[in-house]
Amino acid sequence: MAAMSPAQFLRKTPAASLPPPSSRAGVFGWVRVNLLSSPLNIALTLIAILFIAWIVPPVVRFLLIDATWSGADREACIPSPARPNPGACWAFVRVWSSYFVYGFYPAGQRWRVDLFFAALALGIGWLLWLRAPRRDIGAVYFFIVLPVLSLILLGGLPLLGLAYVPTNLWGGILVTIVVATIGMVCSLPLGILLALGRRSRIPVVRWLSIMFIEFVRGVPLITVLFMASVMLPLFVPEPLAPDKLVRALIGVAMFASAYMAEVVRGGLVAIPRGQYEAAQALGLSFWRMTALIILPQALRVTLPNIVNVFIALFKDTTLVFIVGIFDFLRTVEVARGDQKWASPVTSLTGYAFAAMFYFVCCYAMSRYAQRVEARLARRSAYKGR
Amino acid sequence: MADIARADMARPRPRFSRGFANLALQAALLFVVVGLAVAAAHNAAQNLARANIAHGFGFWNNTAGFDISQTLIDYSSSTSTFGRAFWVGLLNTLLVAGIGCVLATVLGFIIGIARLSRNWLVSRLAGGYVELIRNIPLLLQILFWYNAVLKSLPELRGSVALPFGGFLNNRGLFLPRPVFAPDFGAVVIAFAIGLIAAIGLYLWARRRQERTGEQVHILWMMLTAIFGLPLLVFIVAGRPLSFGIPDMGRFNIRGGLEILPEFAALLLALTIYTAAFIAEVVRAGVLSVSTGQTEAAQALGLRSGTILRLVVVPQAMRVIIPPLTSQYLNLTKNSSLAVVIGYPDLVQVFAGTVLNITGQAVEVIAITMAVYLAISLVTSLAMNLYGRSVAIVER
Repeated sequence: MAAMSPAQFLRKTPAASLPPPSSRAGVFGWVRVNLLSSPLNIALTLIAILFIAWIVPPVVRFLLIDATWSGADREACIPSPARPNPGACWAFVRVWSSYFVYGFYPAGQRWRVDLFFAALALGIGWLLWLRAPRRDIGAVYFFIVLPVLSLILLGGLPLLGLAYVPTNLWGGILVTIVVATIGMVCSLPLGILLALGRRSRIPVVRWLSIMFIEFVRGVPLITVLFMASVMLPLFVPEPLAPDKLVRALIGVAMFASAYMAEVVRGGLVAIPRGQYEAAQALGLSFWRMTALIILPQALRVTLPNIVNVFIALFKDTTLVFIVGIFDFLRTVEVARGDQKWASPVTSLTGYAFAAMFYFVCCYAMSRYAQRVEARLARRSAYKGR
Repeated sequence: MADIARADMARPRPRFSRGFANLALQAALLFVVVGLAVAAAHNAAQNLARANIAHGFGFWNNTAGFDISQTLIDYSSSTSTFGRAFWVGLLNTLLVAGIGCVLATVLGFIIGIARLSRNWLVSRLAGGYVELIRNIPLLLQILFWYNAVLKSLPELRGSVALPFGGFLNNRGLFLPRPVFAPDFGAVVIAFAIGLIAAIGLYLWARRRQERTGEQVHILWMMLTAIFGLPLLVFIVAGRPLSFGIPDMGRFNIRGGLEILPEFAALLLALTIYTAAFIAEVVRAGVLSVSTGQTEAAQALGLRSGTILRLVVVPQAMRVIIPPLTSQYLNLTKNSSLAVVIGYPDLVQVFAGTVLNITGQAVEVIAITMAVYLAISLVTSLAMNLYGRSVAIVER
């Protein structure tokens, strides 16, 4: 062992870290790595920029800059020497907006629709907010109280002083929301029953479930709606023939529950066998095991997929248009044909407005599904540790 | 252990035999379902008799008496039957669905791969496309393309002239129509021979590579066989192909190939809508191949093109194909939305016009549903076979 030479140096504190190479840091570094890393990348970036320059400015100009915000009739929106290329005719949407929301619902009774929207928003918020208090009451409210309340509120109950409003006066966003909500409220329980039926060990139950699910999933929604609107009145005695909106609702609910059944089945499959066996070992009956052990886990796992079914259902509500119901899209179609507002931009404006409405609703739902999914992934990662 | 085994055997007996309860439940369920069906049939028969509507499939051979705007097979309103109208509608459905599937696949793969690009701008652009298109109802998109875009094209007088003698106006797209001379059959036969030869060549080269390890470059030979041979025959046979140029009259355009705006709008909307879903399928498929696979292939010294072709794509396809097929089925089913813009597909012609004329709702809807059901069942059967053939065989 040689004696320590005084020249030996031992660093006691860590050296200050160097800044990252300038080619990788800051805005320029980011641009370099993400946009300009290779000749191909540069070419792609250029093409993308050209594409954006081609699409975005005309759209923004049409929707905002050149748009007409107020006016009494088509004069405001037709091309004139002063404005050779008028943009979206929002004045038209403003004039027709109450029709878009309520259809022909009597003007004096529209507070009932507003109240329905508020009650619905409360129910949806209660169910979607995962940390809300007493979500079990929320579920009862949404699946039992709300449908009855809505029926009384919208349809009317002369006993309570609410005038009767026939469904052919309902229209616009009201009908879209009603069809979507009824579809959701019916499809979840029916879908669960069908999914359980499909996994049942009782042959008749299993085969009936499989037949229903595969049949409905194999045909287009339009044919189901046609069947509901044309054939259903034939199948029941004449005095019982349901109202047009109810027939469409039955079709939509049938269609959605078949898709829901497959999604729920996916959740059921994901539950490990041990859960079933442990529940059986505790002596739980089939229904208690299903209701207390299996379904709560299966539904939680598959919640993002359930929301995806709801998104598809919300978009599919537009199809009731074809069997003659005045949903939101149909009211836009009607308004678009108004001679008082006939102009080259009326159709485009109507469709842009409708597209924004559907986009906002569906995008919000899909963001929610993604958040839930991320939350589930976090939780399972935590459990796995 | 022994205790557990004994406890398992000493299960309490159910109060009454489980088999009997089961059977009773099944019988009751069957009874209810059959009863409902019989009651429905009885009501339907009564209601139809009261409305004086015929029943049975006798209408199939009656003269249709209505016109159809696009017919792939001979059809005339005065002599053709409802059955013929059914086939016209079905072929129109298959036409738009077939072309739509091809175009949606191409667009969907481009968008899906763009979404995985390392270029930030490109991947964001593709992501924006997917989010925008997926969240807007297809029906709205069809109406948009038809009413807001194609119907606002210029009138006949102001038709846009296209190169090679085509026209574009709000009545459709008019293109030169290929006219095949009788000799053209020889070209088709030559193409078939070339194709078979190319496949034979490929199989031979592969077997040789498996046996000896030597690679043969056959790409050019294959291309020559597939395209060169028919081209040679085409020239020798005296170019048996001409084009019928559309002729602009005062009130309409005669001759040429007419593409209806209804068809174009439906095709555009279906392609754009389905491509957004296919893009997601493709993205999920490519992401499902773990990076370890690529890294292992790199470690073996394979080039990036070869890695893609031999390692990534085959594994990704296994994940992509089943959902891709269900997108094809969705596209086919969604083509029934043609009814809103009046494209004469199966639903518009048969479940629309024929139903209105004959009033025989039960038969007409049943036939329409059976067609779609048959298409989906056959496809899912094929998918199951495919799934079995590509399933990873575990040792």
